[in-house]
Amino acid sequence: MGDKVLMKGNEALAEAAIMAGCRHYFGYPITPQTEVAAYLAKRMPLVDGTFLQAESEIAAINMVIGVASAGKRVMTSSSSPGISLKSEGLSYLAGCDLPALVINVQRGGPGLGGIQPSQSDYFHATRGAGHGDFHMLVLAPASVQEMASLVFKGFDLADKYRMTTMILADGTIGQMMEPVSLDMGEVKHYDKPWAVTGTKGERTHNIVNSLSLLPEELEQWNFKRYERYAEIEKNEALYESFLTEDADIVIVAFGVAARVARNAIVAARAKGIKAGLIRPITLWPFPKSALKEAAKTAKAFVSVELSMGQMIEDIELAIRCTRPVLLCNRAGGMIPTPEEVLAKIEKADRIGGEN
Amino acid sequence: MIVFEKPHALADVKLHYCPGCTHGIVHRLVAEAIDELGIEGKTIGIAPVGCSVFAYNYFNCDMVEAAHGRAPAVATGVKRANPDNIVFTYQGDGDLAAIGTAETVHSAARGENITVIFVNNAIYGMTGGQMAPTTLPGQVTQTSPYGRKPESVGYPIRVCELLSNVTGASYLQRVAVNSVKNVKEAGKAIKKAFQYQIEGKGFSLIEVLSTCPTNWGLTPDKALKWLEDNMIPYYPLGVYKDKYAEEGNKQ
Repeated sequence: MGDKVLMKGNEALAEAAIMAGCRHYFGYPITPQTEVAAYLAKRMPLVDGTFLQAESEIAAINMVIGVASAGKRVMTSSSSPGISLKSEGLSYLAGCDLPALVINVQRGGPGLGGIQPSQSDYFHATRGAGHGDFHMLVLAPASVQEMASLVFKGFDLADKYRMTTMILADGTIGQMMEPVSLDMGEVKHYDKPWAVTGTKGERTHNIVNSLSLLPEELEQWNFKRYERYAEIEKNEALYESFLTEDADIVIVAFGVAARVARNAIVAARAKGIKAGLIRPITLWPFPKSALKEAAKTAKAFVSVELSMGQMIEDIELAIRCTRPVLLCNRAGGMIPTPEEVLAKIEKADRIGGEN
Repeated sequence: MIVFEKPHALADVKLHYCPGCTHGIVHRLVAEAIDELGIEGKTIGIAPVGCSVFAYNYFNCDMVEAAHGRAPAVATGVKRANPDNIVFTYQGDGDLAAIGTAETVHSAARGENITVIFVNNAIYGMTGGQMAPTTLPGQVTQTSPYGRKPESVGYPIRVCELLSNVTGASYLQRVAVNSVKNVKEAGKAIKKAFQYQIEGKGFSLIEVLSTCPTNWGLTPDKALKWLEDNMIPYYPLGVYKDKYAEEGNKQ
C-alpha cells in the first residue's frame, strides 16, 4: 500500500486516469464535474497528454471516438444534461466496439434540473444510453478511493471487452474529500490490431464502422456483441455486502445512498432489527446472483435511491418478485436521511413477507 | 505502355454511386493526391453520413465511419492520438454545413492539422433529394417542392466565405468538377491541402462543387451545365484563404 493523500473525488478520479495510461481527455464545462476538467487541464500537459475543451458535449464524445479508433486510452466526463448529448456517441462507440471511459457525475433532472446530487440517470446508464441494442459497463463508486480504483479498473474492462465503461458517480462523491491510496498496480496492455494507425503498406486497411445495410450481417454483429455481454454478466458483477448473513431486511443501495444506508442499518440493528446491505459496485452487470441468494432468507428488500425509483426494477427482476421491495427515495438533488431509511426498514420489518 | 491506371489508394471495388455522379471524380482526385505524396500507409480517412458513407470501402488507407456531421471531431481525436498520421474527412453539404456546422467551424478555429474534403452538390442525395443548407434560392427539392424560398427558410450557406473569417483556418479553396480544366484545378487544390497537413500548416478545406443528376432530375451532361450556370455564380470558385501564401507575399 502506498501512502494515502487527501483528495476530492473528482480529482482522485482524474489522477487515476493518468495512472491508467490515459493521455487524452475531451470535455465541456458543466457542474458538478468541473474539477475533473480543471485537474486534467493542469496535469495533461505535464505528461505530454492532450486536454481539449470541445465546442460541445457531442464534439467531445466524437473526439473520444477518434482517439479510441486510433487504439489509445481516452476519456470524457460530464454531468446528466451533458450525458444526454453524448448519447449519440455512446451508441456509436458500442456499434464500433470501441473502448472508452465516460464519467457521469449525476445531478438532478430531467431537463436542466438542478446541480445537486442525483442517481436518476440509472436507467440511461444501464438500459438506454442511446439508440440500438447495447450495454455499457457501469461502475458506481461510493468513496473517493473507489473514484480512483474504479477508473483504473474501468479502463482495463473497457479494453478487455472493447466497450465503454461508464463511471456513474454523483455530486457528493465527486465533491467530497477523503484519504485515498493511489497505489493502482500495473497497467495491463491489450493488443489492438483493429485500430486505425495507418497500414504502413504492410496490411489491408482497418475500418472502424457501425454500418451494415445487410440485416443478416447486422443481426450477427448484435448476436456476437451479446455473447460478450453474457460472458460479462457471468464474470464481472461486483458488489459489497454488509451484515447480510442473517439479515431479514436487505437494503440495496449504491453510491452515496449506500453510505447513508449503512448508518441506518447500524441504527436498525441497535433496535433489534436484522438489517443488512448489498451495495452493487457494478450496476451493469447487476449483481443478480447475490440478490437471488439473499432472497432465500430475507423477508423484504429496501431500495434506497436518489431517484424516483429506477434500480428497484432490477432488484425485483433479480429476485423474480419473490419478496416485497420497498422504495426509500428522494429526488431532485435531495438525499435520504438515515432516519428516513430507518423508518423504511422498520416498515419492511412490520410487513415482512406480505407483499 | 500503360497510359491510365487506377490510383493505388483507391480500392479496386465497384462504387455504388449513381451514373453521372461526380463523387467518383472527387474520390479519384483524393486518391491521386495520396499516391503522389506517398502517404497511403499513414493516412486515416473519416467517412461521413450521406452518399459517400461507403467511402470507407473505397479508400485503401485506414478508415473510420463517423456519425452525421461529426467527422471533424473524430478526425481531431485521430490526429491528436497520432499526430504523425495524415487525417482527412470526406463530407457532403448536409453533413458539413447543417448538422455538423459546429464541428466544422470549431475544428477550423482550433487550426486542427487536418484536411477536409467538402463535396457540395446543393442537395441531400442519400435520403432522396431533400433541401440542403446549400440548396440554391428557387431550387426545387423534395422538401422545397415550390422552390427554396429564402424569406421562410433562409439563404444557402457559403462555407468558404464563412470560414475565411475564422483565424484558425489556413487554406480554403472552392473548386468544381464540371470540366476538364476545373477537375485539374481541383486535383491541384486537394493535393496542396494534403501537402499543407504534411508540413503541419493546420486546417485546410477544399469545397468541391459537384452534381447530383439523380436528385436534380437532370441527365449527367445537363447536370454539369446546371452546375456551371447556377452553382458557380452563387458559389464563386477561387482561393478564399491561404495563410501561408499571404505570409509569403508579405516577405
